[in-house]
Amino acid sequence: MRKYIAFLLIAILGWTLATTFKAIPFGADRRGDLDHPDKVAAFYLKESPEVLQTANSITAIVVNFRGFDTLGEVTVLFLAATGLASILYRRKEEDVEVERVRLPSSGLVRTGAKILFPLMLLLGIYVFIHGHLTPGGGFQGGAIIATGFLLMLITYKHFETNHNVMVWLESLAGLAFVAVGLYGLFVYGSFLHNTKSVGTLNDLISGGLIPLIYIFIGIKVGTELTNILYILLKIKKS
Amino acid sequence: MALILFLIIMAIILIAAAIYAVVQKDLLYAVLSTGIISVVLSVFFYLLQAPDVAITEAAIGIALTTIIFIITIRNTSRNEDEYREDHIKKF
Repeated sequence: MRKYIAFLLIAILGWTLATTFKAIPFGADRRGDLDHPDKVAAFYLKESPEVLQTANSITAIVVNFRGFDTLGEVTVLFLAATGLASILYRRKEEDVEVERVRLPSSGLVRTGAKILFPLMLLLGIYVFIHGHLTPGGGFQGGAIIATGFLLMLITYKHFETNHNVMVWLESLAGLAFVAVGLYGLFVYGSFLHNTKSVGTLNDLISGGLIPLIYIFIGIKVGTELTNILYILLKIKKS
Repeated sequence: MALILFLIIMAIILIAAAIYAVVQKDLLYAVLSTGIISVVLSVFFYLLQAPDVAITEAAIGIALTTIIFIITIRNTSRNEDEYREDHIKKF
């Protein structure tokens, strides 16, 4: 019975979405006039290269125009990690040598993980440092870094991340993000206001404060997700 | 034409994996099939000119979410019905 009700609700939802999307012309150009922006999409596309010197306009939207929302997202992730840690984290004293990996990995997996781990860290750092030039950014880079740590954590029995260093890095990166926002508030009068641009468009050093913020977000997300995985892997089966 | 055919096949795989994830009683296979959904979705995002979202979906959807679910399954129970009976016994 419950299954049929669920299917009915999904059908109603699907019908609502279908009727809504039918009203929107699919694939039509709805950006508006690019030279004299009258819609918000055209405004973003015009402003981000010209005013903010950012090649990737999505980054400009996420970190600058909608930077406050990004701060909210980072806070949500931080609260999730803190809540998980406060419930599941075991202190050293009560630790009963939890086996993270029960069976040893094969030599193939261990060697492969050893070779892939630095490359994955490099890719993650590349993604968040080039966030204002190429697709990707802080969240994506951080997630790639966490995936690299995950590979090592599930392959090697004795691979340990220093929990204190991770927590401090995470907190300092979060504080630095807020500090950059407050700098804009006190110097220019609005939270996360971007400095007048340094460097030229399409260069590594361009986009004012955007690369700096993305580096902080990348470090924060990477350490946070690594912590979550580390804590989850340490749970003892009850 | 080849692209449209490819997209249709991918969409069929997507829907089939989603239905399999709901129907399957063995939770490990269900979680792995949600991983397949993420793979197909990230290809779709890339083809629809949203590379940012594609990277996010690839890193979070395929790797992290799947692994978190697998860790949870390892610490609870692999079979859906088995878990339900345990749950009823406990309370």
